[in-house]
Amino acid sequence: MVKALASARRHRFAPVVLMLFALLAVGGIYAVAAPQAAVADSASQDDVTEGEKLFQANCASCHGPSAEGRTDVAPSLIGVGAASVHFQVSTGRMPMAANAPQAPEKGVQFSTEQTAQLAAYVASLAPGPAIPDGEQVDPALGDAANGMLVFRTNCAMCHNAVGAGGALSEGKYAPSLFNSTPTEIYEAMLTGPQSMPVFNDENITPEAKRDVIAYLMEQRADDSSPGGANLGAIGPVSEGMWVWIIGMGALIGASVWIGAKSS
Amino acid sequence: MSTTTPLAKAAGGTADFFDTRVGAGKMVKEFARKVFPDHWSFLLGEIALYSFVVLLLTGTFLTMFFVPSMTEVHYPEDALPVAMRGVEMSEAFASTLNMSFHVRGGLLMRQIHHWAALLFMASIVTHMMRVFFTGAFRKPRELNWVVGFTILILGLAAGFTGYSLPDDVLSGNGLRITDGVVKSIPVIGSYMSFMIFGGEFPGTEIIPRLFTAHILLVPALILALIAVHLVLIVVHKHTQYPGPGRSNRNVVGYPLFPVYVAKAGGFFFVVFGVLAIMGATLAINSVWAYGPYDPSPVGAGAQPDWYMLFLEGSLRLMPGQPEFVIAGYTISLNVLIPAVVIPGLLFTALAAYPFLEAWVTGDKREHHVLDRPRNVPTRTGVGVAILTAFIILVLAGSNDILATHFNLSINSITWVFRFLFFAGPVIAFIVTKRLCLALQRRDRELVLHGHETGRVVRFASGEYIEVHQPLTDHERWLLVGHEPVRPLEIGPGENERGVARPAYKKAVRRSKLSNFFFADRVEPVTPSELAASHGHGEHEEIESAESNEGLLTNASTRG
Amino acid sequence: MSDLTKSEHVTPPGASDPLSVGERELDRFPNPGLPEHKHRLSDESEAGSKRVERQIVILFVLSLLASIGGVVGYFAFPVGVTLGSVQASTLSIGLGLGVGMLGIGIAAVHWAKALMSDVEQVDERHAQRSDDATRAAAVQALKDGADDSRIARRPVLKGALVSAVAVAPLAFVVPLVGNLGGDWNVSKFRYTMWGPGVRLARDPDGGLIRPEQVTIGSVWHVIPDGLLGSEHMLEEKAKAVVLMVRMNPTELTEAPERADWSWDGIVAYSKVCTHVGCPVALYEQQTHHLLCPCHQSTFDVSDGAKVVFGPAKRALPQLPITVDDEGYLVARSDFTEMVGPSTWERERYTDLPVSDEEKAH
Repeated sequence: MVKALASARRHRFAPVVLMLFALLAVGGIYAVAAPQAAVADSASQDDVTEGEKLFQANCASCHGPSAEGRTDVAPSLIGVGAASVHFQVSTGRMPMAANAPQAPEKGVQFSTEQTAQLAAYVASLAPGPAIPDGEQVDPALGDAANGMLVFRTNCAMCHNAVGAGGALSEGKYAPSLFNSTPTEIYEAMLTGPQSMPVFNDENITPEAKRDVIAYLMEQRADDSSPGGANLGAIGPVSEGMWVWIIGMGALIGASVWIGAKSS
Repeated sequence: MSTTTPLAKAAGGTADFFDTRVGAGKMVKEFARKVFPDHWSFLLGEIALYSFVVLLLTGTFLTMFFVPSMTEVHYPEDALPVAMRGVEMSEAFASTLNMSFHVRGGLLMRQIHHWAALLFMASIVTHMMRVFFTGAFRKPRELNWVVGFTILILGLAAGFTGYSLPDDVLSGNGLRITDGVVKSIPVIGSYMSFMIFGGEFPGTEIIPRLFTAHILLVPALILALIAVHLVLIVVHKHTQYPGPGRSNRNVVGYPLFPVYVAKAGGFFFVVFGVLAIMGATLAINSVWAYGPYDPSPVGAGAQPDWYMLFLEGSLRLMPGQPEFVIAGYTISLNVLIPAVVIPGLLFTALAAYPFLEAWVTGDKREHHVLDRPRNVPTRTGVGVAILTAFIILVLAGSNDILATHFNLSINSITWVFRFLFFAGPVIAFIVTKRLCLALQRRDRELVLHGHETGRVVRFASGEYIEVHQPLTDHERWLLVGHEPVRPLEIGPGENERGVARPAYKKAVRRSKLSNFFFADRVEPVTPSELAASHGHGEHEEIESAESNEGLLTNASTRG
Repeated sequence: MSDLTKSEHVTPPGASDPLSVGERELDRFPNPGLPEHKHRLSDESEAGSKRVERQIVILFVLSLLASIGGVVGYFAFPVGVTLGSVQASTLSIGLGLGVGMLGIGIAAVHWAKALMSDVEQVDERHAQRSDDATRAAAVQALKDGADDSRIARRPVLKGALVSAVAVAPLAFVVPLVGNLGGDWNVSKFRYTMWGPGVRLARDPDGGLIRPEQVTIGSVWHVIPDGLLGSEHMLEEKAKAVVLMVRMNPTELTEAPERADWSWDGIVAYSKVCTHVGCPVALYEQQTHHLLCPCHQSTFDVSDGAKVVFGPAKRALPQLPITVDDEGYLVARSDFTEMVGPSTWERERYTDLPVSDEEKAH
């Protein structure tokens, strides 16, 4: 048995096979996935009451009993509006696991109804951006070309040219937008969650926001990559990695075959 | 001879036509049965050659549809892709989109071209590694090393000029970085920037200028140098790996016609095939995702193609402090060191290495049998050290991608790489050299004590030993065939009359380098050593029970 | 090589023979010679070689079919209709081409490996160096030529030749290089479109901006009003792009001499990196840090856009702003220093007054 293994290791293909395994392992680490999220509806007085209960039970420990915020712990929520609450809660960013500059997307902790109730409560504290309605975020009504222009000037530096995400300083990052819903994208622009700046309606008009959504939805259509697999759409680094793994891998394999004696 | 089929007649006629005009007979007689040694690693350079041919073919296709102009146009409202409709862009960008979406096979050719460019550089680097680690650059091939090195540099130039042609945001920011680097050059920086761009960045000249460089100047030079490279291979005859029957006076292998015509010719089709399939299935440089160049936007993941990543990494690692104002003039060492000095050193070391090594070893003979990398530990260590520095720079150039994909802080990564750039090559050198020495010692053990057989014998005295099987002559030759090498010796500092010799100090320095190069060397087993070890009695054979491992690694490096 | 060092390699015996590597040591194993040739399966049986032949033919036929498939793909799928049709066209032509090529390649190699003779052959090598007689003849030929040229004792002729040849290229190179740089007016780097009263406009659409629209926490990418459609738009934009943010005035640290450069917490900085010129555009709202995606230079917008990390040395130049009579944000002047990467002479521009005449050139 040991002998067989030893002789296999002695085989002339052994280094090539090992190298291919190593390269494939590197490639494997590449795969990434992200969870899905939900959408909410408009509110009533009951919702506000229910929302307040939820708030006291789940949010008040950081944001304060009347949502006024606590210095160096959590910001005030007075005036952030329903859009902010809906974005943060429906993507699982809130409640946070620990106080940190980056609020990662994670398992959603509240039902769609509870999220709407929380949003209604926070919106009742002071006027703020509301959750956009279906028409505001309908990509079919947007102009993808204008969206491209707005996106690349205001968003691409952090989120990458097609929304694949990118790095910020000190371990923070701008997340991929590939799985964000139109509503979430709209809300994020409107409210500026965490490190992201605010893009109010004077800066990026509601129409332009919809155009951005139209552009981003274009990027995830089934046929959005006519050239074939998009390799993560992160540009030359992944292209360079794949030319070594697939191109050089396949051709070194072929070279070994060509150089080996036929039996 | 006496065949009279029409085909044979025609062939004979053609042959006669060329022989009587250009003496084709002599050439065919000389070259048709020329022997080439067979080894997979000898095909790495062919990958580069064939990707270049694919580059020329697909590049010709692309020039039919590309418009190298920076005139601003509006992309048609009814054309693909949707996100570009009505957008203002240069004709260069518009024609790139048009050939991708409205020319059948256009996108395919663009993608094959780009993959081939990446593969061209990857195979050149791999080929160069093979040549370096096996010592194939030694006399008489130093010049061919320099030719190959120049092709590498021209390959960078070809890649860079081509990468920028579509005039998209990503490559435009690459040009902008180039502009910034050029401006940092003392005294003439601003004027160099004007010279490159025909005025202020970006101007309207740069795309046509890059186009001419990309499709005419650079490829013509590469083509000429490839011709020189190949002629020199024929002049020198190919090197061969060590093995039974192979020596410095012969070349063992298969004849050019038919074996290499079929193998090398076939390999061209394999390379083309792999590139075509990559071009058909893997998207590369989808410029419409970046959009037409505009100086304001930039995308996350702003990187050049992989072969320029080391420069990008070098720029990213450098701290900003060393920018000085002296007597009212600015010297940006924070740009000059990473963008000019470090690549300059790296490339100079690479280009000069064959001459450096020859000087250090004082070896003036021709070498046609390749070294096994372990048998020249210092060279192998130096090679791995250079490679380590290069890889660290490449990774540093990808630090934002590393940060997002492995949940790291970009600032910490940068600090770690700043440290590793200095420590990594040193560690790599020491570890590699030790590994080589260990492998050499294993080789010696194996030669002296043979393979273990797993057969344990008990002597009458009650003593147990494992029976070892001596190596056959053919097996042993691979492990003992290389030459014992020793450092340069230095004469006395004074001549017979007690007068100091003029060049003595220089000679001492050289001898120190030579000692460094050959330090800790392990010499091959000699017949007398082997005889002595057999005379020693069987006990030693037990000590070398693990020596079998040595052969495994040997087998992997031989052909 | 210095005569002081002597190498083991160049000591006799065999020092004069450049091919003598590995032949010097007396106590060495002899080269055992080529191992015995082993026959392949296809050499040993007619059936074996027939099978190989069949495989090769199948590969060639596969290639043929694939190539035809590629041509069919060309005609079958229109482009420019939908992205899907472009993809189908790319894929079908590419796979046809690829498999067509691979089939030929694999067939040819298989043929070479399995059917062609694999008996190794040996060629002799010869030293590169010419033999002594040839060398002597070569030297003589050059001597004869030099004598024929009558150059030996004519230094003036030699000098004239060298001078003429050295200077002649100038008549080619000077016009070439001279024209490459356009008007060579590098002081253009100093000036941008900004100037007193130039309104701030939104990038990319050019909408004018009022200070009340710039809410705390928002970031605006700004261009000078009048840039769109202007001559040399890209060159001007490359220098003039500005990033504007508003923060709580208590969070803002301002140098006393720049106290009137901001407007109620609104500050505007050049977006062109002082490192090598990338657009510095990643604004982190919480830390007020501005990060360059190209080389990660990080600037603190709340503190004069000074460098806090990365390869840049200088802070981003600040654009002094105010509000005009109609309530729009405007520049008070051009930048007071050169924007973008450092050049040799940039310091000379630092305190240059910006007058309209100078801007005009």
